[in-house]
Parts: sequence; C-alpha cells; structure tokens
Amino acid sequence: MPKYLLLKHYRGGPEPHRPVPPMDQWAPEDVEAHMAFLRHVSELLEENGEYVDAQALTPTRTWVRYGGPDAAPVTTDGPLPETSDLVAGWYMIDVESHERAVELAAYVSSEPGPGGKPLYEWIAVREVMSEGPSDG
Amino acid sequence: MRALVPGVLAGLVRRGEDFDAAEDALQEALMEALRVWPEHPPRDPRAWLATVATRRLIDARRSEAARHRREEATYAEPRQAAIEVGDDTLFLLFCCCHPDLAPASQVALTLRAVGGLTTREIADAFYVPEATMAQRISRAKRSLQGRRLDQPGDVAVVLRVLYLVYMAGHTGPATRVDLAGEAIRLARQLTLATDEPEVRGLLALMLLNHARLPARLDPEGRIVTLDRQDRGLWDTREIAEGVRVLQSALSMQTEERPPGRYQVEAAIAALHDDAAVTEETDWPQILAWYDDLVALTDDPVRHDPAAVLGRAVAVGHVLGAAAGLRETNRLREVLGERHRWHAVRGHLHELSGDLPAAAVAYAEAARGATNVAERDHLVRRAARARAAELHEQSSH
Repeated sequence: MPKYLLLKHYRGGPEPHRPVPPMDQWAPEDVEAHMAFLRHVSELLEENGEYVDAQALTPTRTWVRYGGPDAAPVTTDGPLPETSDLVAGWYMIDVESHERAVELAAYVSSEPGPGGKPLYEWIAVREVMSEGPSDG
Repeated sequence: MRALVPGVLAGLVRRGEDFDAAEDALQEALMEALRVWPEHPPRDPRAWLATVATRRLIDARRSEAARHRREEATYAEPRQAAIEVGDDTLFLLFCCCHPDLAPASQVALTLRAVGGLTTREIADAFYVPEATMAQRISRAKRSLQGRRLDQPGDVAVVLRVLYLVYMAGHTGPATRVDLAGEAIRLARQLTLATDEPEVRGLLALMLLNHARLPARLDPEGRIVTLDRQDRGLWDTREIAEGVRVLQSALSMQTEERPPGRYQVEAAIAALHDDAAVTEETDWPQILAWYDDLVALTDDPVRHDPAAVLGRAVAVGHVLGAAAGLRETNRLREVLGERHRWHAVRGHLHELSGDLPAAAVAYAEAARGATNVAERDHLVRRAARARAAELHEQSSH
C-alpha cells in the first residue's frame, strides 16, 4: 500500500479559502473544538489501520549549509521568511490509493475553525517513495 | 526478574569479565529465562541467571578462541576483581554514568544494565527506532572498553542521569515503560547503598512530584496546572513517603553542609503537596526555599536561570505580581527567547489583572513551545485571557 504525507502549513500554499486570525485569538470553545477534532483524526486513522505517524513542528526554521573546509556551518533564517512555505506538521498514512489520501486530506481540512465552521485549510498531499522494486 | 539484573551483572564484572560482553551475555540469559521459567521456574533465579550468562560468555570466548588460539591463555587467568564497592547497584551506576559518556548514552545504558529494560523498551520510551537505540548502547559500551571501572564515580552525575530518566517519564506522553517509576525504583536502591543526603533529596523530589502525576492531565490529555488540579487524585501515600525521605535527608545537614539543590527542590514540592486547596499554599515558605536555591549558585541569573524564574513566581505570590515581573526582567537577556519565560510572565500578568498583556505573553510562549501538550495548553490560556478581557470590556 502506498504511503502519503499530509502536510499542514503555518503559512504558504494557495490563497487561503477562509482567512482566519491565529488560534490564540479564537474563542476558547472554538480552540477546544479544533483540538478535539485533531485528536479524533489520529484515533480514526489508528482504528482504520491507516496511521503511520503524526508530528508537529515548531515554527522556528534555520537554513544550514556546509561552510567549506575548516569553516563553521553557514546558517540563515531564510531570505523571505514571511513569504516562503513553512510546514507545521504532518500525518503519515498508509492507504489503499491516492484517492483515499485525498479523501482523508479533505477530511483534515474540514477541521472546525472560528465559530465552529470548517477551516478549509489547504493540505499538501505527497506520496512517499517506496524503497524496494515495485510489485508490478 | 529485572531486580536481579544489577546483582548478576555486577558479579560478572567484578569477577573480571568485560562489561560489554557480560552485559550482552546477561541480556541473552534474560531472554532465555523468559522462555524457560514459566514452565521450569528455577529454585535460585539469581544463580540461574549467573550460570546461564557465564555459559554464554564461555561460548562466546570459545568461538573467538577458535580464531585466536592464544587468547585461551588469557581466559585461564581471569583478571583480578576490581576493588569491592559496597553495593552492586552503586557500582553499576558508576559504570553506566561514566563521565566520558554523553547524557543520552548514560541514560540508555543505565536503563539497560541497571534497570534491566530491553533495548526495545528503551527505544519505545524515547521514540527512536530499536536499531538506533541498539547502536547507541553498543557505542556507549564500546567507549567504556579499556576504562578502569574500579574508581568510585561521581554521585552527582548518577543523580543527574536518574533525574533525566524521571523527567523523560514525567513530561513525556504515556508509554508502555514507566520511566518515572523506574527512576524512583533506582533512586530507592541507591539510597540503600550510600548515605549521601542528596540521593535522598532526589528520591524525595521525584516522589513528591510523582504523587501529583495522576492529576496533571485530564481525561482528554490536556494539561491541568497545579492551581486547578483535583487534589483528591494526589497519591497521599507517595507524599508521606517523600516527606519522610526528605526529613531524613535534611536531618543530616550540618553548618558546613547545607541542603543541596535536590533537597531544596523537594522542600518546595512538599510545600505545594501540603496545601489542601491552592489558596492554602504557603508561598512565603516557598519563597524562603527559593532564596536558598538561588544562593547555591554563583551568578544564578546566568548559571541557574530556571531557579530564578521559579523564584519570580513565588515573589509574585508573596510581594505582588509587579514585583514578580520585575524579577523576570533580570532574566530577559538569558531566557527572553524561551517559552517558559513568556509563560511565567503570562501567569504574573494574569495575577495582576492585566489580561491583554497575559494573552500576548501566552501566545508568545505557545510559539516557542517544543511539546504539543504544552503548546496546546498555552494557546488555550491565551484564548481564555483574551476572551475574559473581551467579556470585561462588554460588561462596562
């Protein structure tokens, strides 16, 4: 079965379908509903036997490159930190098909936002390359 | 069965066996015990493990000897045992917490060689693949090869390793392996081997914090802060033991030897545990202990900022939120980027009634958090502070 990463972003991606303020500015009950939904998604994936991994990333990002012989690594926060994509976390799933991955991504995107209405968040779906030769 | 591990392993190492090989042989003996004991329980389990591990060691050496004949002679004359150290556990802890090892290796080796956990269990507890943990352990053992393991080690390093194990279990999500319980078990064994008051201080500190663990998360896994915890869920038996252990440590203090940091932190934990309701918390006493804690370090702002930050909270409760905030200002340069600094300031702003400032500080803290449960908790507090502020505005 193919594995997919469903990537959530702090920023970047297509124009937001529904622009919302940061979560710390939502009504407390909306924050609770949102977090409860995300817990429910993990449980659902586990029950379905589709769960592989889920992780969240902190928003701090450092770009690093080799500095050359005998030189320290070169680091930067990025040329345009406010406009580039910034990944917030992922679900890794093991599913029957690409269609199922898209279906689950859309379900994640229906997570409740302010007012309990869906967030319509863009989710990036990426297939994970397998290691060995393919069956076909 | 795991309780037998330190004794058997220490016996093999003292006899002159190589630590690395002895540890591997004992792991194999434990695997065999799991298979054999249910149907054929041994009369003397410890002797059984020692015999099987020894047989494994001889087998390993024989196959090696087949390749290098000359080594047979070396085996015939086992090295003289190193100096006798009073207790097996202490002896092994000094081996595993060798100062040349990195903290992650000290922790892994301690859990396997002293705690008797399998590599799989340790890997699960720290969320790394089993092969990664196996590699970490074998590298650690290899770097111990050729080191003299006959010098008494540094108890302070052992205590730090046990506290790392405890914290991994206390703050991490629930795993199949109870790391916090394991750290307490090892510290309890260590108190039997040495009279060092700080060993009791650490045991007391862990017991007094562990007692509150059942109240720390709600059924949905959300963090519940100390002031909102259901104190009926606290383990009173564990608190009583912690207080008893702490008292026995404090009774050993002298003019020249004031209580060390674990005893002081345990005293602070005991005062929190002592309050039947949060309003009864004896903040002046807590502040007095924090004064002792920061006095243990030269330039505490730079060398023990966590203690200064904890003290700022106590100052806020005793002398007022503004005084507490002034204390946190001293840490801005050292801790200003850390989420805990912002979280404490959020709490102090809330205490002073400045809800907009509290919301900003909690939101900043949430952005810096490195733990999902803590991040979610801080987002909630920011949202709650903001909502309370809006509610106040609309009612005026």
